[in-house]
Amino acid sequence: MTEAGRSVLHPKHISARRREWNKTLLGLAFISPWLLGFLWLILYPLFASLYYGFTEYAILTPPKWVGAENFITMFTKDKLFWTSVGNTLYYVAISVPLSTVFSIALALLLNAKVRGMSIYRTVYYFPTVVPVIASVMLWAWILNPQAGPLNYLLGLLGIQGPGWLSDPHWSKPALIILGLWGLGGATVIYLAGLQDVPTHLYEAAELDGASGIQKILFVTIPLLTPVILFNVIMGLIGGFQYFSQAFLGSAIGAGGQGTGIGAPMNSLLFYNLYLYRNAFGYFQMGYASAMAWVLLVFVLLLTLLIFKLTGRFVYYAR
Amino acid sequence: MRAETTFKPDLSSQEEIARRLKMRARIRAYLASFTKHFTLIVVGLIFVLPMYWMVSSALKPNAEMFVIPPKWIPSQLLWDRFPKAFEYIPFLLFAGNTTYITIYNVVATLVSCTLVAYGFGVLQWRGRDVFFYLLIATMILPYQVTLIPQYIIFSRLHWINSFKPLNVPAWFGTPFLIFLLRQFFMTIPVDLIDAAKIDGASHPRILWNIFLPLSLPALATMSIFTFMWNWNDFLGPLIYLSDPNKMTLTLGLYNYIGPGWDRTEWGMLLAASTMIAIPPVVLFFFAQRYFIEGISVTGIKS
Repeated sequence: MTEAGRSVLHPKHISARRREWNKTLLGLAFISPWLLGFLWLILYPLFASLYYGFTEYAILTPPKWVGAENFITMFTKDKLFWTSVGNTLYYVAISVPLSTVFSIALALLLNAKVRGMSIYRTVYYFPTVVPVIASVMLWAWILNPQAGPLNYLLGLLGIQGPGWLSDPHWSKPALIILGLWGLGGATVIYLAGLQDVPTHLYEAAELDGASGIQKILFVTIPLLTPVILFNVIMGLIGGFQYFSQAFLGSAIGAGGQGTGIGAPMNSLLFYNLYLYRNAFGYFQMGYASAMAWVLLVFVLLLTLLIFKLTGRFVYYAR
Repeated sequence: MRAETTFKPDLSSQEEIARRLKMRARIRAYLASFTKHFTLIVVGLIFVLPMYWMVSSALKPNAEMFVIPPKWIPSQLLWDRFPKAFEYIPFLLFAGNTTYITIYNVVATLVSCTLVAYGFGVLQWRGRDVFFYLLIATMILPYQVTLIPQYIIFSRLHWINSFKPLNVPAWFGTPFLIFLLRQFFMTIPVDLIDAAKIDGASHPRILWNIFLPLSLPALATMSIFTFMWNWNDFLGPLIYLSDPNKMTLTLGLYNYIGPGWDRTEWGMLLAASTMIAIPPVVLFFFAQRYFIEGISVTGIKS
């Protein structure tokens, strides 16, 4: 900035060091709302939950140190823990690739110069603004095994529709469909990425005789890789934090509230639901904190691994 | 002239070929655009029909809700479902609570994020970048890790079953929105700041008189995001609110799901769900630009 200009303006008797310190104080003053919040709502809780993870803690009595017992129970004895891990991995492994492929395809469609593009974009984005409770309720209604329109349509094709949310084998696919309904958000991000692809690259490819599909495969997709990477990582992180849809889906689909979190037959018991059940259902704050830390370490390792593995495939133009 | 006549047959056949090629290209373009629109409309229907199904079911007589084949167009529209839902569920009470929490958080978030973004994006000071990396790091932290200790802190403060756990954190800023506004602040020319400084303006004055008026689009995006997150939030109210008088719409509605399909007033719940969705949907239609801009920034600036 104007360091030189300012030192001329300022009286010489104020030392440079003092001025530097004043600037730092001013900066800290401006960021203090965030900094204070960081200290008492992020940093302290981060270490507190690590500590709770090694204790037995039911809130009313002080935490009791139990060493690594929570972790040992989790990994070796608690079958439901592994059920929740399995459910979560199932969901993430199917919904992230599916939504990536579909939202890129949609973005490519929208990016082609068609008339009324903004109307289509509005329509596709629209489901993402509908509150979760409303979207789960409407999908539970559509997927209703007896009276829902989807199973009726399947019936017309001669297919006996499954029980969806009330069937342990079909409850996760039901939620995946529900999730795909909201892929408009990712589509808009891809669309913005597509509009950043310089047109001269397409022209060059055309001169070399590239077909439409070749242009997509060899120009568009490579230039889109940073956006894809971002969306995949956000999708993974979001997938491991999956909660509200599953919570409401299991309550509504399995025949109403009170049938237990993760119903039917724990098929919707995702990691986060199990964590919630331990913390606020059984008040096992120690065990739930241990689960939270296992998740944190896992997500960090996974993110690092993805960056390592994809480093060669991601193309950064800038 | 003579040259032209000699070459004329050749030329006409070339013209002929050119015309045919042009025709063919035009037909192909029409076909391509038709396929595109067709695909876009079919996919669009998949996105819109569920919403239609919810609204039409909310207006259907109970007898038509569970019939096979499904009734796409109700025989009569029961508009009084909406006023009835107001009574069945204490809708106005829940809506009032939700509105209070949401508006409060929009205001508090704007105030806190503006100050912090100025400190990160405009002021030059030693150690700034270290703190900024810290802020970025908190954005990828899974919320579960802080959830339980936060709950314990709030319960020690006797804040459970009050709006405080949902409201007070807003005064401490939202990392993602701070980041968004900082990016915006950094596009404002340094000359403006220097000119203001020479005129003797203080930092709060520069922030208020120069930065805020120029940042209205970014502030609109931030308000919209905060509105959506709070209006649609389910987990926060689920954990912190249990008094029926303090519940928000999402949590309140959840509590009205009965213990079985046949013991739930679906018509009422669907009508209420439709009403919950109205404010965000209306906001989206009027402020679409800010939604799309905010979302796009998320992806590109990564």
